[in-house]
Amino acid sequence: MHETTPPPGATAPVFYEQEEHAHGDGGTLFGFWLYLMSDCLIFAALFATFGVLGRNYAAGPSGADLFDLRLVAVNTGFLLLSSITYGFAMLEMDKDRIGPTLKWLAVTGLFGAAFVGLELYEFTHLISEGATPRRSAFLSSFFLLVGTHGLHVTFGIVWLLTLMVQVHRRGLIAANQRRLMCLSMFWHFLDVVWIGVFTFVYLMGSMR
Amino acid sequence: MSEFAEPGIARKPQDHGGTHGEPHPHGAQGTFRSYMTGFVLSVILTAIPFWLVMGNVLDDTLLTGIVIMALAAMQIVVHMVYFLHMNTKSEGGWTFLALLFTLTLVVITLVGSIWVMYHMDQNMMPMSPHEALQRP
Amino acid sequence: MFSNLDLQQLLFGRLTLEAIPYHEPILLVTFIVVAAGGLALVGAVTWYGKWGYLWREWFTSVDHKKIGIMYVILAIVMLLRGFADALMMITQKALSVGAAEGYLPPHHYDQVFSAHGTIMIFFMAMPFVTGVMNYIMPLQIGARDVAFPFLNNFSFWMTAGGAVLTMMSLFVGEFSRATWLAYPPLSGAAYSPGVGVDYYIWGLQIAGVGTTLSGINLIATIVKMRAPGMTMMKLPVFCWTTLASNAIIVTIFPILTATLAMLALDRYVGTRFFTNDFGGNSMLYMNLIWIWGHPEVYVLVLPAFGIYSEVVSTFSSKRLFGYTSMVYATAVIALVSWLTWLHHFFTMGAGANVNAFFGITTMIISIPTGAKVFNWLFTMYRGKIRFETPMIWVMGFIPTFVIGGLTGVLLAVPPADFVLHNSLFLVAHFHNVIIGGVVFGLLAGVQYWFPKAFGYKLDPFWGKTSFWCWLVGFWITFMPLYIIGLMGVTRRTQHFEDPTLQPFLTFAAVGVFIILAGILAFVVQLVVSFFRREQLRDLTGDPWGGRTLEWSTTSPPPPYNFAFTPVVHDLDAWWDMKQRGYDHPLGGFRPIHMPRNTGTGVVLAGLSTVLGFALVWYIWWLAALSFVGLLAVAIGHTFNYDRDYYIPADDVDRIESRRAAQLVGGA
Repeated sequence: MHETTPPPGATAPVFYEQEEHAHGDGGTLFGFWLYLMSDCLIFAALFATFGVLGRNYAAGPSGADLFDLRLVAVNTGFLLLSSITYGFAMLEMDKDRIGPTLKWLAVTGLFGAAFVGLELYEFTHLISEGATPRRSAFLSSFFLLVGTHGLHVTFGIVWLLTLMVQVHRRGLIAANQRRLMCLSMFWHFLDVVWIGVFTFVYLMGSMR
Repeated sequence: MSEFAEPGIARKPQDHGGTHGEPHPHGAQGTFRSYMTGFVLSVILTAIPFWLVMGNVLDDTLLTGIVIMALAAMQIVVHMVYFLHMNTKSEGGWTFLALLFTLTLVVITLVGSIWVMYHMDQNMMPMSPHEALQRP
Repeated sequence: MFSNLDLQQLLFGRLTLEAIPYHEPILLVTFIVVAAGGLALVGAVTWYGKWGYLWREWFTSVDHKKIGIMYVILAIVMLLRGFADALMMITQKALSVGAAEGYLPPHHYDQVFSAHGTIMIFFMAMPFVTGVMNYIMPLQIGARDVAFPFLNNFSFWMTAGGAVLTMMSLFVGEFSRATWLAYPPLSGAAYSPGVGVDYYIWGLQIAGVGTTLSGINLIATIVKMRAPGMTMMKLPVFCWTTLASNAIIVTIFPILTATLAMLALDRYVGTRFFTNDFGGNSMLYMNLIWIWGHPEVYVLVLPAFGIYSEVVSTFSSKRLFGYTSMVYATAVIALVSWLTWLHHFFTMGAGANVNAFFGITTMIISIPTGAKVFNWLFTMYRGKIRFETPMIWVMGFIPTFVIGGLTGVLLAVPPADFVLHNSLFLVAHFHNVIIGGVVFGLLAGVQYWFPKAFGYKLDPFWGKTSFWCWLVGFWITFMPLYIIGLMGVTRRTQHFEDPTLQPFLTFAAVGVFIILAGILAFVVQLVVSFFRREQLRDLTGDPWGGRTLEWSTTSPPPPYNFAFTPVVHDLDAWWDMKQRGYDHPLGGFRPIHMPRNTGTGVVLAGLSTVLGFALVWYIWWLAALSFVGLLAVAIGHTFNYDRDYYIPADDVDRIESRRAAQLVGGA
């Protein structure tokens, strides 16, 4: 419908797109990044809680009493190694090599499982010594912060296993590549959070 | 995580088997060199704080605290750049903007909570000896 | 072998027949009415054989338009529930003075005000705002849907699930008596050992997941899916406010999630986050919950401001004044809203310096808000104003909201707040800004966009009747509360000793009944408009002379919104197209890529609700089972790669030809 006719000789502006052009990944990766930002805020709340309650030992054990920094160093090593092995998996994915991709994913999963396993060992050991989440606000906030991170890693491992099955079945199709890239962001993000955890919880908490 | 159906602006259908190299969303692709650089830097930035604390090297809690926090901040940047391929160009700058916004609010949450709760604590009534037992 | 008691506990947790409130007449009557109404509705749907239609066309739909409508329907239903609570409260207050006891004992009254606040914020205002943003924003940016259509469906059902759990507490067990924010130690295991606070926690956690994911979805949509040529500074103001609101959502809801999780751990496991012994600190809860709570109100009001901007410019037949300053004001409000939270607990004892900082930030935030009001006024100045129903809501909003904002600035002064904290003055203030700002805006939005969604305008007589009842009723209710609040009357009280308060409370009760008339008039408007829809029909797609792209589609739009993606050249893109003589393509249609419907969202939300119920009642086997079910369904869903299909070009041609005929017929 014309309300005004353009002057003769002038080209009418184009108001509708008649030619197609590709639109990239449709926003999945950016959307996942936003999800990670929201996850940052969950950890911010837990870090803030630990910051406020982290010295409230209620006449019970403190970080200096409880933490075994060698164990923490080993765990940090596991997580850092798992980050780089995931990186190698991505490099293989970029080269469209399914077998090596799956191999590096499996190694990543093993490092992740080692991390979670060691953390579970640490938790059960603490609890057996009476340092339970109920003992003091310090311990409540410790278990929640470190435990939430560990739960995220566990979930990441479940996701990784699922993706390994899906890549094995359907190959490195676009959808699977997108999913692997999301998991990559998730995995590295967890390592970033761990930097905060070992610094603020374990190292600062061990100093008297 | 489940995959979310893409919206309807027409584009080529999903491929089955074989791959079409979709543009890597974060711009710069990781390379073996960059991952190794990031890894080595991270190892160094992890080893130093552990050494400082486990060996009680500086003999000054406050100074040690500041140093390891600074090293943690540096290592986070290393991870962002070398592993997460963080750059200001990805998604037209929106990725970086989202990160900045989030970091601002994380800082507000942390600093704000600690500042507020510290003052709340300062202004509490003095405790009875029984209550004091429940504190550090 | 188990004794009978042990077996019952194993199977049913702490759920017993005692949980059903046989002995409370009000609840019994409510249950009978709700059950009768529910049965009638279910019966009607079954009688007309519409279950298949509902499932296929609505419940499993991933279309943002359908999901938006479902959100608004949920919100209106919950408005009725939340308002019923309001009626009960004010009548109790007006009756229970001196020797008179009223009809609502404290135990019940406390649940009513807790439910009122929880429902109005989480299950009325949030879904209402989300629904409107969901429907309109993709159309305004020239997109065919949101970035993640399945996630959109899932988010809606999670919100509905949270609402269902909250509503269940009415008839099975009881609701929280710890206010809409559940402060510990009152909300802790020691002082609230029953199921109420648990219903509250799980209802909000489930809805919160939906809200957070919806936030991510709408931001990604605006960032990634704008039509070609629509730069950020050509985005309609409603979309800017949508972006700001969802940016706040994505950053604050995780904090609510973490805080409620800590409260839940204290209650279920015996941790010491918010206890007063063993090193816990209940003040930390207030701090964290208000870091969520203050930005939350801006989540609600910013989209309402966006609606006002759209309505004012359309009905003043003029471009919005000061577009750039509106954008900056929105961004500043969003950012500063993150810096004001302590003003909710000035009296908790942080001291003068801390209070001063937050008092100043609170006052600062009124400045960009004021700038917006001036921009609306300048838009109207020298405009050709048409006082249709949406516009009169704006007229009511401006003075009402400004006064509410002014009382907010008064409360921002810490010494003043020491007197007025938790008084009826405070209650009047926040209702002033929420009703005057958010509710009026949403009702304006409904009147404005209803024709777009359903193809016919709403009856203007009943619309204006509803407005006047709301406006007059609001002021009659809250003016007395301002006055007696200033005199020192505290909130959340069920009984008063001072007889001089009764005239004020009675006056307020009259006001609430006038608002009730307004709500009923709105319901009548919906019914009457439906029956008169042929007379109110809009065939052009643009009944108001709109300026933004949603008005370039038919009313209602086709499932794909736009057969060809619009190309944008200027702000007020549709106005620009009309002025410059656009050509609506009549041929050359191509197949259109669409996402498939799915029932997974309904199933996941259903399982989440069952999980929540099981956690409330300590039915551990059911909780474990539904949790495992959730994981299985979610992971199983990812194995389905067949998520989309194409609408054939012929179908598009058919739909578009019908549209062209309609437009010619109506012109």
